[in-house]
Amino acid sequence: MKIQENRNGENLYIYLTGELDEHSVCSVREQTDRLIDENAGLSRAVFNLAGVKFMDSTGIGFLIGRYKKLQKYGMTMYLENPNAGADKILALSGVYSLVPKI
Amino acid sequence: MNEMQLRIPAKSENELFARNTVAAFALPLNPSLSELSDIKTAVSEAVTNCIVHGYAGQEGWIEITCKIDGECLHIQISDSGKGISDIEQALTPFYTTLPGEERSGMGFTIMQTFMSTFTVQSRAGEGTVVTMSKDFGAKAEANAQ
Repeated sequence: MKIQENRNGENLYIYLTGELDEHSVCSVREQTDRLIDENAGLSRAVFNLAGVKFMDSTGIGFLIGRYKKLQKYGMTMYLENPNAGADKILALSGVYSLVPKI
Repeated sequence: MNEMQLRIPAKSENELFARNTVAAFALPLNPSLSELSDIKTAVSEAVTNCIVHGYAGQEGWIEITCKIDGECLHIQISDSGKGISDIEQALTPFYTTLPGEERSGMGFTIMQTFMSTFTVQSRAGEGTVVTMSKDFGAKAEANAQ
C-alpha cells in the first residue's frame, strides 16, 4: 500500500492507496504511526480512503487502533471518501460512531 | 454447474490471490460491483481466520472449493488448524481471542451479513470449515424484499 501525507493548518491528511488486509496492514500501521508521532501537536487527523480499493475487518482493527493512538495525543480522527465496499463494513462495524465520516 | 478447487499455503500474501480468484470464478453469474465486493470481503475474512487463528502463524494449507449451481455460488473454506472450541462465542460481534492485536472481532459477522447462507463447523485440534453461499439474479432480488 502507498501512504501519502499532507499538512494543512491544524490538519494532518493521510491518503491510503491499495488493498488493506492482513498482508499489508503491518507496514501501513508502522508508516501511519510514524506520521502521527511526527505530527503529534496537531488537532485533527483525516484518513482519506479514496484510494483504498479493498478493505476487510483487518482494516477496521487498524482504523480503531489509530483512533486510540490519536486519542492519546488529544487528536480527533475523521474518515473521508471510503468506496462503497469499505463504507459497508465501516458502517456495519459502528466505526463511524467513533470516527465520523466527513 | 461449474466447480473449482484451490489449495494454498496459509500465508497472508495469498489472501489477495484467494479473494480475486473466487471473484473471477463468480463472474459468469453477472455479479454487480457490490456483490463482487461482498464475495471478496467474505473470502478474505475466512482466509484471514485460517492464517491468524487456525494456524496462528504456523505453516499449513487452506482449501477453497467453489461451485456455481444455477444462480447460486457456494464457497467452502477449510483449514486443518487448531479449531474453535466455542463457536457461539466466536460468532459474537466484536469478540476476539486476540484483543492485543488490533483485531476487530467482526470477521464472522461480515461473512454472515454479506452472504446469503453461512455455517461454521469446527472441532478443537482438527480444524475449521466455513461454508457459505450467495444468491444472484432473481433469487437475490427475492431475498432482498
